[in-house]
Amino acid sequence: MTFGVLRFPGSCDEVDALRACERVAEARIVWHADTDLDGIDAVVIPGGFSYGDYLRVGAIARFAPAMERVLEFAARGGPVLGICNGFQVLCEAGLLPGALLPNEGLRFLCRQIDVEVAAAGTAWTGACREGEALSIPVKHTTGRWFAPPELLERVEGNGQVAFRYAPGDNPNGSLNDVAGISNGRGNVVGLMPHPEHAVDPLTGSSDGLKLFESAARALAAA
Amino acid sequence: MIARVLIKPKEGILDPQGKAVERALPTLGVESVGDVRVGRMVELRYEDRAELESLCEKLLVNPLIEDYEIEAVE
Repeated sequence: MTFGVLRFPGSCDEVDALRACERVAEARIVWHADTDLDGIDAVVIPGGFSYGDYLRVGAIARFAPAMERVLEFAARGGPVLGICNGFQVLCEAGLLPGALLPNEGLRFLCRQIDVEVAAAGTAWTGACREGEALSIPVKHTTGRWFAPPELLERVEGNGQVAFRYAPGDNPNGSLNDVAGISNGRGNVVGLMPHPEHAVDPLTGSSDGLKLFESAARALAAA
Repeated sequence: MIARVLIKPKEGILDPQGKAVERALPTLGVESVGDVRVGRMVELRYEDRAELESLCEKLLVNPLIEDYEIEAVE
């Protein structure tokens, strides 16, 4: 079983993501210009500032050759996780609903936070309990998830909110305290917090590992 | 031909950049300016209007959160 971690010009969390994946499976970096995902069983799109975040966060990365392959991979039901900038890319690519806007307070946020698992039925949350709080860091400037009212209603109705910030602890003003979203099928998940930075007690928490274990478990069962 | 694509946050969407600019106004003694919205301007050369519009929808603008207009320059 092999996880692939995308690297764009401007990515900066791909090495941590790779290390996190290596705790549960084989893993390798996939360069943004690569046009095949041969042998890859799960894809992680890491955090950072792909293409300098020029124009709009995630907007240009969405057209990278590797992303075209990720779109096909996701359509076949392959597990895809977008973290922070990766989440923004997945929203821009239309794989996940909604968009990410600048934080309500305009400030860059960097702190450990409690994130509640709102849906345990996705490919990336199967090893979690619904309602379980995971201690994971956030670090972003553009993390305020937004959807127009009718889309928000559909996302909530379908149970596509995968993660929420703990009550009273929403750092960026996202609608309904949304921290992460899945697609309808549950194989594509994106979140603003960084589970790849929380895989070892040495750095304060290993709760983030559960997302990677979830995908490995889902793949092993398939 | 040259055009400017003017992009701004959709009505009703909180624009923290606009708010930050607005909060700076009183310290400048400016009282008659308000409702500030900060967007982007993209100037470009084009030949086919339909292609430009499609580029706006695909890349330059995220229609979920932004409105835009195309202004002909020459």
